Amino acid sequence: MAIKTEPFVLNLGPVHPSTHGVFRMRTTLDGEVVVDMEPVFGYLHRGIEKLAEERTYTGVIPLTDRLDYLASMSNNLAYVLAVEKLAGTTVPERAEYLRVIMAELQRIASHLIAVGAFLNDCGAFMTPILYMIREREKILDLFDMVCGQRLTYNYMRVGGVSHDIPDEFLPALDKFVRRMPGFIDEYDRLLEKNEILLVRAKGVGILPKELAINISAGGPVLRGSGVKWDIRKADPYSVYDRFEFDIPTGTVGDCYDRYRVRIEEMRQSVRIIKQAMEQLPLGAVKSEVPHLIRPPVGEAYAHIEAPKGELGFYLVSDNSIAPYRCAIRAPSLINLTALRDMVRGWKVADAIATFGSIDICMGEVDR
Amino acid sequence: MTVALSGQEIADKLDKQFPGGIVESSQDSLVVNSEFLLMVATFLKDTPDLDFNYLTAITAVDYYDYFEVVYRLTSMEHNHSLVVKTRCYERANPTLPSVVSLWRGADFQEREIYDLMGISFDGHPNLKRLFLWQGFKGHPLRRDYW
Amino acid sequence: MTIVETSLGLGGRLAALPPDWPGGYWWHWLVFVVIILIFVVVMVMAFIYMERRGLGRLQARLGPNRAGPFGILQPVADAIKVLLKEDIIPAKGDKLVHWLAPVVAFVPALMIFAVIPFQDGALLVDLNIGILYIVAISSVAALGVFMAGWASNNKFSLLGAMRDVAQVVSYEIPLILSIAGVVLVAGSLSMNKIVEAQSVPFILLQPLGFLIFFMAACAEVNRTPFDLLEAESEIVAGFHTEYSGMKFALFYLVEYTEVLALSAIITTLFLSGWRGPLLPPFLWFLIKVVAVFFLIFWVRSTIPRLRIDQVMAFAWKCLLPLALINLFITGLEIVALPDGLPWFLIFVNIAIMAVLILLWSRFFRLGGGRVEV
Repeated sequence: MAIKTEPFVLNLGPVHPSTHGVFRMRTTLDGEVVVDMEPVFGYLHRGIEKLAEERTYTGVIPLTDRLDYLASMSNNLAYVLAVEKLAGTTVPERAEYLRVIMAELQRIASHLIAVGAFLNDCGAFMTPILYMIREREKILDLFDMVCGQRLTYNYMRVGGVSHDIPDEFLPALDKFVRRMPGFIDEYDRLLEKNEILLVRAKGVGILPKELAINISAGGPVLRGSGVKWDIRKADPYSVYDRFEFDIPTGTVGDCYDRYRVRIEEMRQSVRIIKQAMEQLPLGAVKSEVPHLIRPPVGEAYAHIEAPKGELGFYLVSDNSIAPYRCAIRAPSLINLTALRDMVRGWKVADAIATFGSIDICMGEVDR
Repeated sequence: MTVALSGQEIADKLDKQFPGGIVESSQDSLVVNSEFLLMVATFLKDTPDLDFNYLTAITAVDYYDYFEVVYRLTSMEHNHSLVVKTRCYERANPTLPSVVSLWRGADFQEREIYDLMGISFDGHPNLKRLFLWQGFKGHPLRRDYW
Repeated sequence: MTIVETSLGLGGRLAALPPDWPGGYWWHWLVFVVIILIFVVVMVMAFIYMERRGLGRLQARLGPNRAGPFGILQPVADAIKVLLKEDIIPAKGDKLVHWLAPVVAFVPALMIFAVIPFQDGALLVDLNIGILYIVAISSVAALGVFMAGWASNNKFSLLGAMRDVAQVVSYEIPLILSIAGVVLVAGSLSMNKIVEAQSVPFILLQPLGFLIFFMAACAEVNRTPFDLLEAESEIVAGFHTEYSGMKFALFYLVEYTEVLALSAIITTLFLSGWRGPLLPPFLWFLIKVVAVFFLIFWVRSTIPRLRIDQVMAFAWKCLLPLALINLFITGLEIVALPDGLPWFLIFVNIAIMAVLILLWSRFFRLGGGRVEV
């Protein structure tokens, strides 16, 4: 005698301790198994693209801070590169190196939160994320030294960066860079061979290689599936072609691979920062640009390897002081395209863990 | 370095295949007639030399006379990129064919363009508004929204 | 001299309290009910404080340190806050079941303490089926949890409650089988006699039994790694999502009372209860209970949690066969050496445990995975 069951609809979010930000997943569950899933966006839509059309080119920079608010330096960098391409500005050497140092520090900070939040979703109460926040606090202190902010930095400017680094920055950075590999090893020791993490994350939420390329995924999601594509190597911007670093890739594309890719990327970022500190030249940190920039008529697209994927800005100018159109290619939104396929057939707990391993930030998804 | 292919060269290649499909071309990009869009896209994806298997971004811009939708394509194998544009001249209910069948990454991006600019995409499996709620009237990113 | 004989003889020579101290049935009952209530309330508050402070230190942060010196009054502050909160009842839920659920969950947890020996002969009632009584009563608490999940009219709660019932029912069996091993060695179901029979703590004689009991009992009281019932990151707060005020306090109390009961049972069954040199027996009991609790929340702060189908697979495919084998081997030892167990059996048992665990972890796959939809 078969027991009659029927699937029911469960709303995970928008207010939920574990969906990173306000994101709603309308899941249809049959017992514990996810039969269907529909993502609902828009709870954090602020109309940044429309607002950007009303502000000057420099005035858009604080808006870009609030896109992926966990990685503001990268957002600033991408936008500023796009404006520089449009206006044809050159950037002094010292500013380029400072930009690289800030971007890589930001990558470490963002990955720390990403890995910590992923482990929190897997259930490790709060211990890993608190250990990683302890390291992130050191990075935030460094940023505080440079630009006075801890979250939304507004540090990059068209033609360079806004301030030069104070004298105590380089010794503090040196101390951080010498101790960080030890911390990463500490996390790895606790987590790499942890039975329960392996059982929760290995083989769960697989994104096959072909599908990853087809959905235009980027960042650790793409590299975790085995595609060796990193914009810092494929299409180097700023001065990335002067540094030596590796690109970690996964094999299968499950949650565990994405976690390992992020840990390895943190190690590579430390390597880049060390090289950048050694090569840091003296000089100006900002080239002469007019207060109100009026680029010639045209368009430009600049993309960077943000911690979450490929962040691109497409700017169209009509020779006025405000951009005619500022379009943002948000990596988190595009990475979420395959979430439904990755989650169907797995249990609720896996849906949460998979979602955590993709690592999105709703500020970017909803703009 | 990712080589940005010249719009003019690709336009010459495409003109042989799809006569009348190319409206204009320049160093940076080429503009395609909207009826030919899907065929051109399929050709660009399937030709082994070009092999554009990665759709970087789709964006829409509102130039008061027309909407221009910009497709940025990249090939990971050959490490080159191309910009393909198309235009819609209607304001009231512009439509374009959807490229979701070729690149699934277009899914949310086309929904966003529909939501904020009002351009519908034929053949999209789930063309609903993305950020704004279902009953919202108007398309905010248009230049004449307010 | 065998272990059990020595210990029973020693037990008789210790200053044993007469079974109806302080004299008269009703006086005995009154005194011990008061002692148990005070003990439970004070120890639960102490546990809440210890856990929050301990978890904080293990997570590289301070714990609560504002309410009182070193934050000692934090549980008192929590209790006052929770008492003053508004009691919200879901409109479409089943009101009687909603009201009754915390009571049904809490009372059995409290009743377990009737048979825990605080000192030689100092229990509320020395049932000669002590441990069987405990097992029977603790199963009723799961019913309270399910009632809570049902009456909340909330899909998250229902999901959480169903997970809990499945988990509790599955883990009863390895629990009971590992207890059976202890009972075989001690020769009696009465808690007092089990403690008296332990001149060598049973953790050494029954190492595999201890591990199985510890894990099964953690699963019974919903502690990490089996706490998917209240997996905050998935189903918000599980079955007590819709509870506020005093009823929520009761559920919170239930969790800590069950952990306290669990620590007390482990101390009695495996760590030789109140026995120990120099200090008074009551203090030894407390020290052991706190040590077991430290182990429990240490595990909580360190490892992630399992998924429900992995939890079930672990119970049925791993713990149950191991518990059966343990029982079988213990039985063999008792039959082969009927005069009592000699000392070298400790090493034999530990070796057998190591071999079994290695073998099982090699061949045991948690399974589960993707279901075709």
